[in-house]
Amino acid sequence: MYQRLPEPGGMPIPFTLDGRRLEGRAGDTVAAALLAAGVETCRTSAVGGAPRAPYCMMGVCFECLVTIDGVGNRQGCLVPLQAGMAVETQLGHGKRELAR
Amino acid sequence: MNTLNEVSELAAAYDLVVIGAGPAGMAAATLAAGAGVSCLLVDENPAPGGQIYRGIGSTPLTERRLLGEEYWKGAEIASAFAGSAASYLPQATVWQLSPERELGISRGGRTRMIRATRVIMATGALERPFPIPGWTLPGVMTAGAAQILLKTAGVAVSGKVVLAGTGPLLWLIAAQYLAAGKRFDAILDTTPKGSWRKALSELPRFLASPYLRKGLRLMATVRGSARVISGVTALAAEGSDHLTQVRYTVAGRESVIDADHLLLHQGVVPNINMASASGCAIDWDDEQLAFVPRVDAWGATSVGGIAIAGDGAGIAGAEAAAERGRLAALDALAALGRITPEEKARRAAPIRAIVARYDRGRAFLDRLYRPAEQFRVATDATVACRCEEVTGGQIRDVVANLNVLGPNQLKSFLRCGMGPCQGRLCGLTVTETIARTRGVDPAEVGYYRLRAPVKPITLAELATLEHSEAEIKTVARG
Amino acid sequence: MATSDVLVIGGGLHGCSAALQLSMRGLLVRLIEKDYPGRHASGVNAGGVRRLGRAMPEVPLSIASMELWHRIEDLVDDDCGFESHGQIKVAESEADLALCRARARELMDAGFDHEEVIGQSELRELLPAVAEHCVGGLISRADGAALPFRTVQAFRNKAARLGADIVEGCGTATVERRDGVWTATLADGTRHSAPVLVNAAGAWAGTIAAAAGEPVPLEVVAPMLMITERRPHFLTPVVGATSRTLSFKQFANGTVLIGGGYLGRADPASNRTELDYVKLGENARTARELFPVMRDARLVRAWAGIEARMADGIPVIGPSGTQEGLFHSFGYSLHGFQLGPICGAIIAELVVSGRTNLPIEPFSIGRFAAAAAA
Repeated sequence: MYQRLPEPGGMPIPFTLDGRRLEGRAGDTVAAALLAAGVETCRTSAVGGAPRAPYCMMGVCFECLVTIDGVGNRQGCLVPLQAGMAVETQLGHGKRELAR
Repeated sequence: MNTLNEVSELAAAYDLVVIGAGPAGMAAATLAAGAGVSCLLVDENPAPGGQIYRGIGSTPLTERRLLGEEYWKGAEIASAFAGSAASYLPQATVWQLSPERELGISRGGRTRMIRATRVIMATGALERPFPIPGWTLPGVMTAGAAQILLKTAGVAVSGKVVLAGTGPLLWLIAAQYLAAGKRFDAILDTTPKGSWRKALSELPRFLASPYLRKGLRLMATVRGSARVISGVTALAAEGSDHLTQVRYTVAGRESVIDADHLLLHQGVVPNINMASASGCAIDWDDEQLAFVPRVDAWGATSVGGIAIAGDGAGIAGAEAAAERGRLAALDALAALGRITPEEKARRAAPIRAIVARYDRGRAFLDRLYRPAEQFRVATDATVACRCEEVTGGQIRDVVANLNVLGPNQLKSFLRCGMGPCQGRLCGLTVTETIARTRGVDPAEVGYYRLRAPVKPITLAELATLEHSEAEIKTVARG
Repeated sequence: MATSDVLVIGGGLHGCSAALQLSMRGLLVRLIEKDYPGRHASGVNAGGVRRLGRAMPEVPLSIASMELWHRIEDLVDDDCGFESHGQIKVAESEADLALCRARARELMDAGFDHEEVIGQSELRELLPAVAEHCVGGLISRADGAALPFRTVQAFRNKAARLGADIVEGCGTATVERRDGVWTATLADGTRHSAPVLVNAAGAWAGTIAAAAGEPVPLEVVAPMLMITERRPHFLTPVVGATSRTLSFKQFANGTVLIGGGYLGRADPASNRTELDYVKLGENARTARELFPVMRDARLVRAWAGIEARMADGIPVIGPSGTQEGLFHSFGYSLHGFQLGPICGAIIAELVVSGRTNLPIEPFSIGRFAAAAAA
């Protein structure tokens, strides 16, 4: 569970996750917006298919990989959220991305 | 500062390129640009601050007491940088730095090669790997990650939260969370019981450290408002698709606590990937239990023209990092002929005094918060390499049975370290696990031989390096 | 001073293979490796196990070696990660296809039928992800790929199990022959001697040849390779191009290896290599143009191995032309991996009986002296 503190945040930013409408705030990275929206598991692992979630939030662990606007394996914790982004969770090494 | 948005806006060459916009990088770039050299600061994040001052210019938590005065010291460094003449390229990846100081820089799907007369790497630290059973489960993240969420987005981990580990930063993060009105169900302190005794000889020096008062205050605050369980000797995250409980052992007795989140931290270690890939000599530091680039008093590495400032050259903390950035910048200015050796020495003297003050007692902290071996070496069933899902048992098997001496040979058998994180989350674990199995020192085992790209880049990005650049380069090289 | 029947200098695949084959024949072998076996090109090459596209003089050796590869586990007790899914050279135009046909005909005329021309429909069947413009290609169906470091390690370990003494981590400072005995003095001062010396020192072999009074035109090169993160499966055979340089394969684990013989810079003295990213950029463009699915693939690592390339592009295999008891096996010029198993056997046969049934005359070290005299 994650909670936004009551401090005044940035403007609401709409985006989608696997087609579902979600909302983040200006200043969020994609990973932060997902967590704040209650989405932890952003992909399954490439080897064993186990669920994975953002781990370091500073660009080193590569656990927060998601597909953004059709491009797979983006580091969600390094990409600032932008209005209208289509974010997708990933299966293994991106099968979902290739299936389209 | 002059913010750039595209790699096409980069000059072909700079007097100085600084990599990383934490305290060391910002301070170095500010000082150098102030002396009139052409200076570029490249950083991966959307805004200056690095990790310690992450979100310093944009955090929604503007009430100063929430993140603490220590954090807000970063605002001064950041505003000085903002007022400098340095060029600044955020959200960019330096994926290659050659010993000849040619840099490959990507942003937004385009890449460029540029040159620098001097380079200062200020690539900082990362949290030490914490390989416990279940640490790949959603619900488990580093304490640093939780702190970054708080600083940058004003988002707090909530529900049933367990914080576990050791190190000064653990207490800082705990204090920040408590200040934000959050609570922990438990703080599991994994500091080994005998550490105080081992650290005692370094205590007198630490008594003069500026970190002492700050540390004691933090610990008192946290202990006063959270359930701290000391002497934890084993730790496991449990659950099927998500963390549901944390199992821990104290004095030989196992207990279980329900948890939605487990935040792990056991200190920070230098991020050496770029330094190593550029050919800088790296040594094992047994006090810091990490590989540390070999640098002189100015941060100069074994590779000419390339320096490292800040925690990337050995952990000394944020305040010292800014000063170490200034020293490296002075050295660069002297090498560029902008100041005389005398001026360099004169300006460095007061900076060195500050660095020395922060250095006092570092050994005490290193010993006190030296993480226990069982939290550094993966058990048989524990994942050591998260990317390739390689366990401690697999590593021991291959090392013992196949005459494998080091991590580079191990890669061919198990692929550990070959995933996208490029060994950042398993390198130390793998080295120490091999060392224990072989009964030798980690220095003898060595570290992954790291190569560019220092961060993964797409084929499409690499393909944007055009022939024209090849021709330009040929001409430039004569 | 330590003595043995044979001293092998160099713990790459060729040195380890020679050590293994000599040990199998009952000789006491000592192998000297300056780093660790497979540290350089042998352990970090693309792992291609191909007969496809070999220079004509190499074809008989390559065919014999392929037979050993197909039962590699019998030889070294490890499968070396060898998989045989064929190798294909893609034709991107009718002109390319004509080259493929000419090559197949040339081989056929020499009595070899392992390379076949395929048309567009079979190409698409075998390579569903290949770019639309590709019109066919040349295939060698029983070719494949193996894991290089694992292979070297398997050869090394089997040789050791058969009694070979592997001395690692110390380079050879000097070699000299006196009273019919070769002595190698290592950097740490230790000395090793034997009546027979095998020069399998790869990029460092030129020094030994020169010391033996037969200098060779050997260039130290560093062919570059790069590998991606795991990708969904899209490719089974190993792929090359006809008129562009490319070596391209996907491992079972999903990672994609991209090479093509583009050279970085090597410094054999320090073991360091330096990559040329503009050339890798060209390599990346070729890969992307042949396989558009690769566009967003992320490169995780790039590297280069240090090896020797001869002026005429084929190796030196056989007895010294100037010294008794010296045998060369080096200069494999970016394509020695597949030849490893057979060349070790050839060297062992030469050491034991002075002869081999395979045609090795084209690889004689004497060819350079002859060329210089002409």
